[in-house]
Amino acid sequence: MHKEFLMGNAAIARGAIAAGLNLISGYPGTPSTEVLETSAKCNDGSMYVEWSVNEKAALELAAGAAYCGARTMVTMKQVGLNVASDPLMSLAYIGVKGGMVILVADDPGPISSQTEQDTRTFAAYSKLPCFDPSSVQEAYDMIGEAFELSEKYGTPVLFRPTTRVCHGYASIDVKDVNEYKKVQPEGFKRDPSKWVIFPRLSYNAHIHIEDRNVKLSGELSEYPRNIIIPAKDGSCRKGIATHGISFTYLTEALADKPAPRVMKVTTPFPFPEQAALRFLDGLDEVLCIEELDPVIERELTYICGKHGLNVKIRGKLTHDVKNAGENTCGSAAADIARFMGWELPEKAETETPPPLPVRPPVLCAGCPHRASFFAVKEAMKGKKSVFCGDIGCYTLGNAMPLDMVDTCLCMGAGVNITQGIGHIEPDTACFAFVGDSTFFASAITGAVNAVYNQADMTLVILDNSTTAMTGHQPHPGTGKTVMGEIVEKINITAVLHGIGVKTVETVNPLDLKNAVETVKRVASEKGVKAIIFKSPCAVIIKPEKPAVIDPEKCTDCKRCIKTLGCPGIVIRDGHAAIENSLCTGCGLCSQVCPFGAISKGGAANAD
Amino acid sequence: MQTNIMICGVGGQGIVLTSKLIAATAVSHDVPVMSAETIGMAQKGGSVFSFLRLGEGIASPMFPEGSADLLIGFEPSEAVRMFPYLKKGGTAIVNTHPIMPVTAALTGSDYNGTDMLDYITRNAEKSVFVDGDRAIAEIGSPKVLNMVMLGAAVATGLLPFTLDEIEQTMKATVKPQFVGLNSKALRYGS
Repeated sequence: MHKEFLMGNAAIARGAIAAGLNLISGYPGTPSTEVLETSAKCNDGSMYVEWSVNEKAALELAAGAAYCGARTMVTMKQVGLNVASDPLMSLAYIGVKGGMVILVADDPGPISSQTEQDTRTFAAYSKLPCFDPSSVQEAYDMIGEAFELSEKYGTPVLFRPTTRVCHGYASIDVKDVNEYKKVQPEGFKRDPSKWVIFPRLSYNAHIHIEDRNVKLSGELSEYPRNIIIPAKDGSCRKGIATHGISFTYLTEALADKPAPRVMKVTTPFPFPEQAALRFLDGLDEVLCIEELDPVIERELTYICGKHGLNVKIRGKLTHDVKNAGENTCGSAAADIARFMGWELPEKAETETPPPLPVRPPVLCAGCPHRASFFAVKEAMKGKKSVFCGDIGCYTLGNAMPLDMVDTCLCMGAGVNITQGIGHIEPDTACFAFVGDSTFFASAITGAVNAVYNQADMTLVILDNSTTAMTGHQPHPGTGKTVMGEIVEKINITAVLHGIGVKTVETVNPLDLKNAVETVKRVASEKGVKAIIFKSPCAVIIKPEKPAVIDPEKCTDCKRCIKTLGCPGIVIRDGHAAIENSLCTGCGLCSQVCPFGAISKGGAANAD
Repeated sequence: MQTNIMICGVGGQGIVLTSKLIAATAVSHDVPVMSAETIGMAQKGGSVFSFLRLGEGIASPMFPEGSADLLIGFEPSEAVRMFPYLKKGGTAIVNTHPIMPVTAALTGSDYNGTDMLDYITRNAEKSVFVDGDRAIAEIGSPKVLNMVMLGAAVATGLLPFTLDEIEQTMKATVKPQFVGLNSKALRYGS
């Protein structure tokens, strides 16, 4: 045992490796990505690690390995579980042989997600056991326990940290390599009565699952991580139930206070009913401090009804705490103070600050997506068009002044949404923008649908040769794997030709004139056609010298700023100026300036 | 003894690395440490912050408003944005060089940071202003702003580490060819 300063996600990976992990697969998604990345980094060659094409593929692959007795982990963010839910729901009935942990990172806020869905609720829906860590240390320690439970009951289990645990750092106790467990998978044993799902098997499995979960509820009531902390003042008849990172906020808020009885629910499903009864015994009122769904609140309300307990359960459903967004140390302290009838924490009196400049996330300086959006915008000027976006950095194309994202729903949706719009509004030029990684993950089927069903649309692939948003993971089009192997690149043009898209043109978006002409030409064709804007992500290439503005030629029209919104151009003393620390020398602005006042910096000197 | 530090600024200024250096120094001196920071979408040219906590008995990686002993602001408006986290009597160290967001450039705003610096002067009990622009010009690299700010933070005496101890960690972290430049920046800041 020794100390290390680790990110929560790294701790989860290290804990899994210490528990004898044999295979890990996943699809990148904030806040889960670093679990798989750390596993790849720490791989001594004994593990199989892959970025799968999407979450469904990742889960099915890990299931196959777990059928062989391997210890496997699958990683994804909460919305990734929606993609993987088809295999998940069936696998719950089939079960596994080797331990299988499905790591699903939830994102209260949401900070970088489409939804505030709660994997604890998904656990109840899929009837699978679920672990909910509160801290980096607990996540490290508990992942091994999750594997043990998975193997003991032959079922996959869910492990759902939230952003503040995933991305929190702490100096924690970790095992030395000689303390690691080694797992030698037994291999696949043919047994169709076990591995082939059929209605009869499902009926029997359903009975077994319901019985098992009752038993598990009892077992988890004795699980030492489902903690009940007695009140400091024994006569206090109030209690607080909480979970996850909120438990740490509560611990700090109560440190110097006459704390009431507290229950931390670490296994929200199956809910530890007997432990909850011990917690509720003798209380009049309980406040549930939760993030996302009121899971604990509903369970406690149900238990009170079932056992005829006269305990008032408060929380989101009773409007005692807010029902959306993440908790903070401050919100937890205030919620507790109101519930306990304590004075609210004093707010320091300071003057109101001056209006702060808003600093929303924007496409980086030199981002090729800016050029791609601008080229389509220029080409379609004055024509009735719709621009369906997708999930990735390029969702930021919605910001002013580009304003080029009319819809965004979920991974791969844009290519289908644009077809639907086209069927109702046939006079609209329909576009779908999708990144290269998202194309492979979930837009190919949409393209097949478009061709098969005779849609009239332009598919725009923003190919920056990486998965930029989540930190530059390789994907099928990059010719690299997370294990560092060089593999055949899957060619997007060939894929599109293969499914029957006849016109597929590739153009460099930073060559603006050519890009605009290509869009005009391709978009005027009937049927399904595609444009691939190919230019590498600005973050991973060596920047060129910054652009230069000639003050003699600049007329202060500010067209460069008003049309592109690039962080590399700022206003200094009333004039457009290049921010040299950000400009990558992409040269887009030099092609937009009507007076030829901006020149490209040119290739940087070799270091 | 606990020390709470808020480090904030704009994505790309080296805030996360600053936080990591202090944390790594803590680990090597057996001081318990926790931190939390913005990662992902918000990082792209957006506001970035890092909560850093040193000492025994800490449960949460984040702390409530009004509890930072030290606020290290890499940009004037970002320092004001996170100012509520500074405790009464806490110290603010702020880089005076403003970074204009794209949205401000679009609306023709003349944001130059002076309102922000005045606000901090009026409201912080102790404030230290660092001319980051001049510092990086004199040192000769825009990449060492974070070391200048870290040097200034050490000089307040609020971190439980000496400049030499921080420098030891830095040497073990950055590539050998950048050690000299970073040492110069650390010492410049202090």
